Parts: sequence; structure tokens; C-alpha cells
Amino acid sequence: MCLAVPGRIIEVREERGTTMATIDFDGITKDICLAYLPDIEVGDYAIVHVGFAISKVDEASAKETLRMFQELGLLEDELAVTGGTEPTAPEPSTIEPVSGAGATS
Amino acid sequence: MKYLDEFRDPALASHLFDEIERITTQPWAIMEVCGGQTHSIIRNGIDQLLPDFVELIHGPGCPVCVTPLGMIDKALDIAARPDVIFCSYGDMLRVPGSSTDLYQVKSRGGDVRIVYSPIDAVDLAEQHPDREVVFFAIGFETTAPANAMAVHLANQRGLTNFSVLVSHVLVPPAIEAIASSPTNRVDGFLAAGHVCSVMGTSEYGPLVEQHTVPIVVTGFEPLDVLEGIRRVVAQLEAGTAELDNAYARVVTEEGNLPAQQMVRDVFEVCDRQWRGVGEIPLSGWTLSSRYANFDAELRFGVSDVDAPESELCRSGEVLQGLIKPNECPAFGNECTPRTPLGATMVSSEGACSAYFQYRRLDPPTRREPAGVS
Repeated sequence: MCLAVPGRIIEVREERGTTMATIDFDGITKDICLAYLPDIEVGDYAIVHVGFAISKVDEASAKETLRMFQELGLLEDELAVTGGTEPTAPEPSTIEPVSGAGATS
Repeated sequence: MKYLDEFRDPALASHLFDEIERITTQPWAIMEVCGGQTHSIIRNGIDQLLPDFVELIHGPGCPVCVTPLGMIDKALDIAARPDVIFCSYGDMLRVPGSSTDLYQVKSRGGDVRIVYSPIDAVDLAEQHPDREVVFFAIGFETTAPANAMAVHLANQRGLTNFSVLVSHVLVPPAIEAIASSPTNRVDGFLAAGHVCSVMGTSEYGPLVEQHTVPIVVTGFEPLDVLEGIRRVVAQLEAGTAELDNAYARVVTEEGNLPAQQMVRDVFEVCDRQWRGVGEIPLSGWTLSSRYANFDAELRFGVSDVDAPESELCRSGEVLQGLIKPNECPAFGNECTPRTPLGATMVSSEGACSAYFQYRRLDPPTRREPAGVS
């Protein structure tokens, strides 16, 4: 949960009482809440944390950070692409530390 | 990854290391209060590549690690109830409570679910009106606006089966507590970039003045961390103490105002226990009274459990920078990421876990990157 990943806004819409966006994280798309960056526009890059865009960031910086996440193999983990919502308790022998490299704390 | 040529820009990394070495004339201790910075420092061996005079102390910057044991036990109590869907960020599932963890509760039949966004938990509550949906709202200031929005939306949608177990912590009071401690060794601080992207930088000015300590707002990528360290050392060597922003591409002085407004609406400041550190006055956020009907502690009547930490675990000393993780006798023995005694071994942003993952027994060799003389 501690990471904050930059992505590119590809669609903005009003949905269920707040502003939502589809954001592209280097090929992975997620629905993200834009309530805290109301002035951001399609094509802009934002740093996203636990499903919320929190800060605008320039394209070059965003791409560099995304490359780092990809190289570390962290992007899918952080975006919970494979995490699902039904965790099962792993056997002790399979538990490894959750990878992480970025941060918010 | 402890060689200069493994930095993204080896020439720049080399320049920054050289510059830090050039300007450093005496010992300095610098603390980062950001789990991502800790991870970045250990993973890249930054602490080992710096001159011997510059010591990095890994502060209590991992929200998973500092969530108090009593709060974990409350989460375990609630999550085990048959009518509850308990939602959490994934990092929390293996954090040890006094007798078990959320994964074990799940394996024994508890409905524990990992959510990516707190809004997912609100949606679950709407989809399951016959169940109580509880969200474990932990984190620093960066995460609080998201968690606050979940409460706001649940209220807006009129949901009566949604509640939050809140254990938010705040960075400036932690820096205040560390800088005020009689055992304080910290000469300068790196402030967490993403916390400041939400809160802005103004909270840190009074800390700089009161404690005459440089604070540099710093990002988490390796070169960001190096630049933050360079700026702190430069101030220390010059005998100055100022608030500086080395992460201006993301952080503004005022921060994210809509996010701050939502947080102020939903939360209010409270005293907070920090796991391994103890109580720090006014160092947390809890639900404000007008949202008390979303308070899971009230709804489920969970009370504090007096549960002592493992006698072997010295994570409190690690979090205060008094020892390095590998100076704890349990490190790598009784305590590993598979069998964590304390939360600092659980989350990858915890200092103990980062040391376990990346620290090698043999000291790294600093070698010049190709093409850089």
C-alpha cells in the first residue's frame, strides 16, 4: 500500500458522487478517483496512491518512475492486478516479503 | 544492487556521492522517516556507499510497522466475526497481533479481503447490505485522504453497514518526538515526499526553527534520496538549519488543498500509540465526532487488549534509530519475513525486512561506473 505510482489519465467521468478516471500505468489500466486533482486533464500524468490521484507530475518524471517499477517487477503487485480480493493464507514456506520500492509514508 | 553503475544515472549518482564526500568533514546522522526511502536506501546500498562520516538512521516511516499491537488485535477480533467482511490493504495481513494475524483469521473462516482502494470497500458494503463491511484505515498523511473519502462516500450513499477501524499516524509529531528525545542522535531529517505532496511543507518550518535541524523534503527514488542527503549535509556543514524541498517536481508548499479539506472534515487529531515507540501526543487522526457512527471500534465494542510485544523483538529500538536491524539478536534467527516477531520485519518498507532482503554480510565495493572518470 505504501507505493505511489504515476500514470496517464485517459478518460475522466463523473461517477457515483465523485470524479473518476481511467488511468494507464504503462499498459495496465485502473479506475482511479480524481476528487483531489479536479483540474487535471486527459493526457496529464498523476501520482496515484491507493486508488487516488494525489499529485500531478511531468511526463518525463512519470515515465522514469514507471520504468523503475517495471524493472523491479512491482507494478502489477502495487496495482493489485493479481492480488484479487480473496486472499488465501499462504503456507509458511511460500511467504515472502511484499516487494516495495516507493513510498508514501 | 550496490554498485554505482546500477543506478539509473550512474554518472549523476557518482557525482552526488563524490559531492557528499567532498563536503563532509565530520560525522553526521541523518534520519529518513519514509519506508520507501528506507527500502530504496537499503536496496541500493546507499548507506554503504556514503562516506563513513554520514550515517543514515531509519526512522518510523512505515505505517504498517507502527500500527499499534492493540489496534491489530482489534482488527483480528472484528475480522473473525461471522457477519463481517473485513477489508484491508494487503500489507497488513501478515502483521502479527498478540496471538495471530489476519491471514490466519482468514484461513479459519473469517471473510478477510484485500482491497486496492478504500472505495472498493464502500462498494462491497453496498453490494452486501446483509453484512457488516469494515475497512482497516491505516497510513500516514498520504493515505488519509483516500480513507477519508471512503467515509465521505459511505455517508453520502447512506450506508449503515460500513465502518472503519482508524489508525492514522502523522509524520511531523514523530519528528518532534525524535528531535526532543534525550537520546536523540539525529542531526538532520529527510521528510517524506509523498506525505508532503498532500500536506505541503509548512508544518516542517516550526520543527526546523525549534530544533535548529535541517529538514529536506525528499523523493524516494535512489537519486532523489542522494540529493536529499547532499542537501542536508551541505546545510549541516554550513551550520545552517532550513526547510528545503528537493522534490519540487511533485511537492508544493501548500500541498493538495482538496485532500486536506476532506481529511479535516472526516478526521480529527488524537494522541496515538506507535508500535515499538510508544504514545506520541497529537500524532494521529481518528474519526471526527460527526462521523462517529462509522467508527468500527464503537460499533463492535472492541477494547484495548493489554498485549506485550515479543520479548525478543527490538523493533522499537530500530524504529528510533538506536540499533540497526542486524544488531538485534533475533534478526534472521527467530525473526524472519516468514516468521516475523515485529512489524518491521513484515512490510517491505520496514527496516528489518529491507535488511533481510538486501543486506549482505560482505561489505559492498564501490566501483566506478563505465564511462565515468
